[in-house]
Amino acid sequence: MTQLRERTAVLEASGVCVDYGPRRRRVRAVDSVNLSVRPGEVLGLVGESGCGKSSLGRALVGLEPAAEGSVRFAGQAVTPLSRRRRPELLRPLQMVFQDPYGSLNPRRKVGELIADGVRLRNGSRAEAQSLPAELLERVGLAADAVNKYPHEFSGGQRQRIAIARTLAARPRCIVADEPISALDASAQAQVANLLLTLAKEDGVAMVFISHDLSVVRQIADRVAVMYLGGIVEIGPTDAVWADPTHPYTEALVSAIPRADGLGALPVDLPGDVPDPGSPPSGCRFHPRCPLAEDRCSTTVPLLTDLPPEYDRAAACLVRVPADS
Amino acid sequence: MTATRQTVPADQPAQTARLLEVENLTVSLPTRQGHCNAVDGVSFGIDRGAILGLAGESGSGKTMTAMAMLGLLPHGARTGGSIRLAGTELRTMSQRGLRNVRGRRIALISQDPATSLHPMLSVGTQLTEHMRHHLGLSKDAAHARAVELLTTVRIPNPEQALGHHPGVFSGGMRQRIAIASALACDPDVLLADEPTTALDVTVQAGILRLLDRLRRERGLAVLIITHDLGVLSAVADDVCVMYGGRIVERGRRAEVLGRPGHPYTRALLDALPHPETPDSALRPIPGSPPALGAIGDWCAFEPRCGLRIEACGQRRPLLNMLPGAPAAALRDAATTDASTTDASTTDVTSTSDHEAAATSEHEAACFVTAPAGAR
Repeated sequence: MTQLRERTAVLEASGVCVDYGPRRRRVRAVDSVNLSVRPGEVLGLVGESGCGKSSLGRALVGLEPAAEGSVRFAGQAVTPLSRRRRPELLRPLQMVFQDPYGSLNPRRKVGELIADGVRLRNGSRAEAQSLPAELLERVGLAADAVNKYPHEFSGGQRQRIAIARTLAARPRCIVADEPISALDASAQAQVANLLLTLAKEDGVAMVFISHDLSVVRQIADRVAVMYLGGIVEIGPTDAVWADPTHPYTEALVSAIPRADGLGALPVDLPGDVPDPGSPPSGCRFHPRCPLAEDRCSTTVPLLTDLPPEYDRAAACLVRVPADS
Repeated sequence: MTATRQTVPADQPAQTARLLEVENLTVSLPTRQGHCNAVDGVSFGIDRGAILGLAGESGSGKTMTAMAMLGLLPHGARTGGSIRLAGTELRTMSQRGLRNVRGRRIALISQDPATSLHPMLSVGTQLTEHMRHHLGLSKDAAHARAVELLTTVRIPNPEQALGHHPGVFSGGMRQRIAIASALACDPDVLLADEPTTALDVTVQAGILRLLDRLRRERGLAVLIITHDLGVLSAVADDVCVMYGGRIVERGRRAEVLGRPGHPYTRALLDALPHPETPDSALRPIPGSPPALGAIGDWCAFEPRCGLRIEACGQRRPLLNMLPGAPAAALRDAATTDASTTDASTTDVTSTSDHEAAATSEHEAACFVTAPAGAR
């Protein structure tokens, strides 16, 4: 962890906001998020659906324009995707999508799909020929898969093909948006392990977006918990898991059913994520929060660093004293 | 039916009879290589007020098992064995007969609430339509019942909600509405096919609590089909693990998940992230599940199994009691009661009595961990 701290961040977001909808009825999906990821680090981004984690992920790679704030990748500003060719410097910033059925062109062979990544960075023709088979073996598939079509593979295998395609572009940072949510339990473990290996062995910085906190727990170095567009807690995964500061993080952790056969019903968090179009005043979590006080509905809590022994930041008026 | 069920309290002994009994169910689907068994000799039973979990990866035949109960199998599918709902055979029932079972006595909630509700019809229409058809309620009575149902599943402002379209609601709310719709005709059995897979953990916790409450309050028998062993650990009484269309392990929840007997169940549990032991890496199961038609008369898990012996590739293991399984005395007494009440129906054979009693114990189909004769 300390080693990671010393290296400079490869991807940095400061004050990123993402808006949707027409000017009159603007919905702020992501609200002033600051994040940084270092080489070889896995940052988990968790939260319920509708909390803006995917919008943030898309803004990080430039698929979604940031309404305010900026994203910098290796010192270069990440510009939104336009009709022009994407700047060459942004090529090592790649994304893996949730749905391996929708993200691979069904009419092209797997080898061609992967070779795209080589062509993208102006690799040689010989490399475009040989690399796909190599990468497929790297992700645990047979090299002869290059001549097959995506439909011949299962969901887990397709996701590995999608990762192989990403690897062909020689990424330095991968934003993986729910890469394992559509897969079976055993395939989930395979893909999660593969992504973890890429980060640890190749020093790829990874943003791992998932609603499944238990998987994030297993592979992320740091975890950021999002609620209704904002980060409510961020810190080292072990510490956040063992002793969550924010009541929302606490609710998320205790809602995970354990496969221990003891028959404990997971703890229910009443209510749904409110409409981001008209977020609650003050702390956005206060209508569902068991600890809510009067001031929570009026004062907006800021993401505040906790004392060093906690090694994290959280946004809660009750749990985080203002002077710390 | 509905009226009598409501007058009898759910906890009376007569109500604990095996409500749904599936015996040696086989479903074979047409493929290019001829008919292949997608479900192969599956047997289980569910009591009133009980939750049975059916676990397995995609392609293990768990959804096909549920669909066979509703007679909603793909075109050309052939079935064998028997499915009895309170003694009535469903497998050979006509489509006309099944129409009075589906939605009325056996209800289904599916994985994706976004597609199981019609997007262009109001929630009110969707909730009242089948009530009026099955129960012959008037428009007003159906409306009143719909409000009551939405209150049961904890939808805020039920009156207002009935006028809205499904698109207005979040995923968790939609799944609650789907459950309300499934409960509308006061069914005996609820088939829940991956009911929480598409939902967030916090919402999932709410749905699981709701299912648990419904089986307590209404004596609803629930079959939960899922690949998530955590979900089963939270609510299921008994767990059956399926692989390649067969049940490879079954028993009480605590037994199956706490002391898994089949190598596949063990592997499945190992592949899960364990929150309490963070440093252990995820251990994926090597290889991939067998394709339809690739399983012969041997153990379907053999190619991926670390414990395999010669016999595994030659013969098919049958469910056997695991060595050291404690005799669940209380449960046994309950099932003996149940089988004596069932004996009045002619088609209950002595073997099914044995089977019913056996499900209360911990069994696995494996030559290595549950050798024949070990008890």
